[in-house]
Amino acid sequence: MLKISGLNAFYDNVHALKSVDLEIKQGEIVSLIGSNGAGKTTTLSCICGLVAARSGSITYRDKDITNSPTHKIISGGIGLAPEGREVFPGLTVEENLRLGAYARRDPGGLADAYSRVYDLFPRLKERTAQAAGTLSGGEQQMLAIGRALMSGPELLLLDEPSLGLAPNLVLMIFELIREINKQGVTILLVEQNANLALYTSNRTYVLETGHVVISGESRDLLKDEGIKKAYLGQ
Amino acid sequence: MADFVQQILNGFALGLAYALVAVGYSLVFGILRLINFSHGSVYAFGAHAAFFMVGLHFGPVPAIIAAMLITGVLGVVIDRTALAPLRKKKSVSIAALVTTLGISSIIQNMLVVIFGSQRKPFPDFFNFGTLELGGVRLGSRQLVMVTVSLALLLLLLMVVNKTKVGLAMRATAQNQKAAALMGINVNNIITLTFLMGGASAAIAGGMVGGYYQIVYPSMGFMIGLKAFAASVLGGIGSLPGALVGGLLVGVIESLAALFFGSNYRDATAFIILIAVLIFRPAGLFGKKEVVKV
Ligand SMILES: Nc1ncnc2c1ncn2[C@@H]1O[C@H](COP(=O)(O)OP(=O)(O)O)[C@@H](O)[C@H]1O
Ligand SMILES: [Mg+2]
Repeated sequence: MLKISGLNAFYDNVHALKSVDLEIKQGEIVSLIGSNGAGKTTTLSCICGLVAARSGSITYRDKDITNSPTHKIISGGIGLAPEGREVFPGLTVEENLRLGAYARRDPGGLADAYSRVYDLFPRLKERTAQAAGTLSGGEQQMLAIGRALMSGPELLLLDEPSLGLAPNLVLMIFELIREINKQGVTILLVEQNANLALYTSNRTYVLETGHVVISGESRDLLKDEGIKKAYLGQ
Repeated sequence: MADFVQQILNGFALGLAYALVAVGYSLVFGILRLINFSHGSVYAFGAHAAFFMVGLHFGPVPAIIAAMLITGVLGVVIDRTALAPLRKKKSVSIAALVTTLGISSIIQNMLVVIFGSQRKPFPDFFNFGTLELGGVRLGSRQLVMVTVSLALLLLLLMVVNKTKVGLAMRATAQNQKAAALMGINVNNIITLTFLMGGASAAIAGGMVGGYYQIVYPSMGFMIGLKAFAASVLGGIGSLPGALVGGLLVGVIESLAALFFGSNYRDATAFIILIAVLIFRPAGLFGKKEVVKV
């Protein structure tokens, strides 16, 4: 569904991604783990056209989307719940969700999209008229994910959905991520919490300073001695 | 007393024209955090476009609509040719600010080349007579200016607050990256902003041109600064703020002219500007964050 090959990306002189290869098949949950600064967010940013790829290619459903404008990539069926949520603080929950569906062209789809998101996150439904900036961290995360779902994406990119949330909320969010996947959405999950990522996903890629150092079935990586030591704290 | 009411009335009409110019500053500032100092010249361009179109004798309404379109396009051209390349290079914000000053002088000189620098008589086409009530004169020019300006400002508020594209504008103003992630073509939204700013400046130019029956290339300088003061007073970036700020500046300067003599008229806006920057830098309707100029 998504194929990244030989991707290189820079911030001025910082070589953030070094020949990254990554593939996601339809229906999978793939996780991308690695320590702070490894290049996980940059990978997602390149997929969405927010950071330029210096070389390499990104194809989505056999279409080359490398360095396409962000709005085209989004209307092409990819959604991102970005790191730090980035909800529109001065707009209401409902307006945030409405914006998520901005690229939708089917008038009837909007009502379905709302009800799907409100079913997944009943908490948001209680707060439709509230400014997003006044929500708790967990609610903002729900809003960020819900907003990304409003366009009806086939591929959902999640950047550290557990960041800064209380443990019980983290478990709830991950439960919902599995539920969203069961509804037919393919997911690329970026996480610092390697344990959770490995348990949730089918396959995993490990990034270190811009390189993919290990990749494979998540259940195999859970048993890998190197991974246990470096990422699982065992 | 009649003088007092008269000045308030005059100030109200003029203030609405300031408001129309001020929304141009606010629209662009809201989205780009940029003070577009070419806006005064865009206003002068709009007045000249209206002057030119009126000369073609299609009647005042088509002339002003045509001037709106042309001036809106000028706004778009300014953004696409001069400002968008700077954004793309992620250059420092002062570069864009200085660029708008340069554009201002290009436009003004272009007007001198095309129309000459002298003052040109603008036809008095809003004059259908004057109503007199207890010594207070309400001219049809004022009435037209008030009605048209108010209608346009309300329309603008409606577009920004009630339509899908307005929602996209507000989203882009808050977070461009997140807006792009919603599938919004941010560049188109910015273009639309300049279009709306240019069109409203043209209306103001046509109205004020008709009000004083005169146009000239540097006519945008003073009103540009006053409208800037008005938008800062209202809270730059806020459309209701631009409306209230424009009205306040218009009324206060008319009263100042009444009480202290007309020499003080033009200074009033700047005294207000300085006072706002000292006592309430975010303006009346502005957010708490301090505006960095
Ligand atoms: N906006 C930026 N400007 C400069 N360098 C950046 C920027 N964003 C990220 N980097 C650098 O790129 C590298 C990868 O960062 P990032 O993709 O955010 O990592 P991760 O998401 O895995 O924590 C890091 O070295 C980081 O310092
Ligand atoms: Mg990150």
